[in-house]
Amino acid sequence: MERKMKVQLEGTLESQSLARAVAGAYAAELDPTVDELTEIKTAVSEAVSNVALHAYPGEIKGDMTLEFMMPARDTIMIRVTDRGVGIENIARAMEPMYTTDTGENCSGMGFTVMESFMDKIRVDSRPGEGTTVTMIKKLDTYYGI
Amino acid sequence: MEIIYEMTGNTLTAQLMGELDHHAAAKVRSEIDDTMDSYGAKNLIFDFSKVTFMDSAGIGVVLGRYKRLQAVEPSASRAAGTTATATAVGTTAIAATAGGSVVITGCSQKIYSILHMAGIFSLMKYTETKEEAITYLYGRKEVC
Repeated sequence: MERKMKVQLEGTLESQSLARAVAGAYAAELDPTVDELTEIKTAVSEAVSNVALHAYPGEIKGDMTLEFMMPARDTIMIRVTDRGVGIENIARAMEPMYTTDTGENCSGMGFTVMESFMDKIRVDSRPGEGTTVTMIKKLDTYYGI
Repeated sequence: MEIIYEMTGNTLTAQLMGELDHHAAAKVRSEIDDTMDSYGAKNLIFDFSKVTFMDSAGIGVVLGRYKRLQAVEPSASRAAGTTATATAVGTTAIAATAGGSVVITGCSQKIYSILHMAGIFSLMKYTETKEEAITYLYGRKEVC
């Protein structure tokens, strides 16, 4: 793993824009296209909103850790970890349009957007212990030059 | 995120400017709802041409306003004047004008793809420009 970076942020919605900015700055090292950069920032934004809305619901507060790695010179790996309430049924949580939110906060499309914009996504979680979302994307960096 | 509003007949255009994430979404929802109520708008055009970033929070903002406009029967609304109350699926009691349309315009490729993933365009019309959106609503005689 090269150029590993680890950032700890509050697991709140206020952290969303900062998390995107950090992800964008790190990914810029790989010389991504504008589309790739948007996709990475969007996936990170979704992961962070999941932490703020689901891992730490209501009055429960906690931090999250964002880890960035480059497992290959054209590949970015991002891991978002929280110590929140965890997910009981991961497969169900990843279904499009599935949400536990009864209001308008969530559309249930967060994991679907992450899966669509990144190449691979893995979710590890245990109820009461927290969740880790790992995302990998291979960039079209060295095309034909 | 800032929002610029424009009324054309009974249609409110909300031009969103900036980044639309879950942090911004709560304010956007309440501000648009309040403005629609204030002006008695029947239709809503979301203009995304100045949105620099959007994640799935935008789906909830769009879908919530759509449900709100669909929540009250037109006859009930007319009988009650400009507004009426009703409960929509997934919402609390709300006040809304009845049976209107939502049109989306000016999306970047990424914003369009996020809304498309959620099936938004099977519920509401997409146009490239705000003018086309107005023309579409006029064609359906929904702007007067």
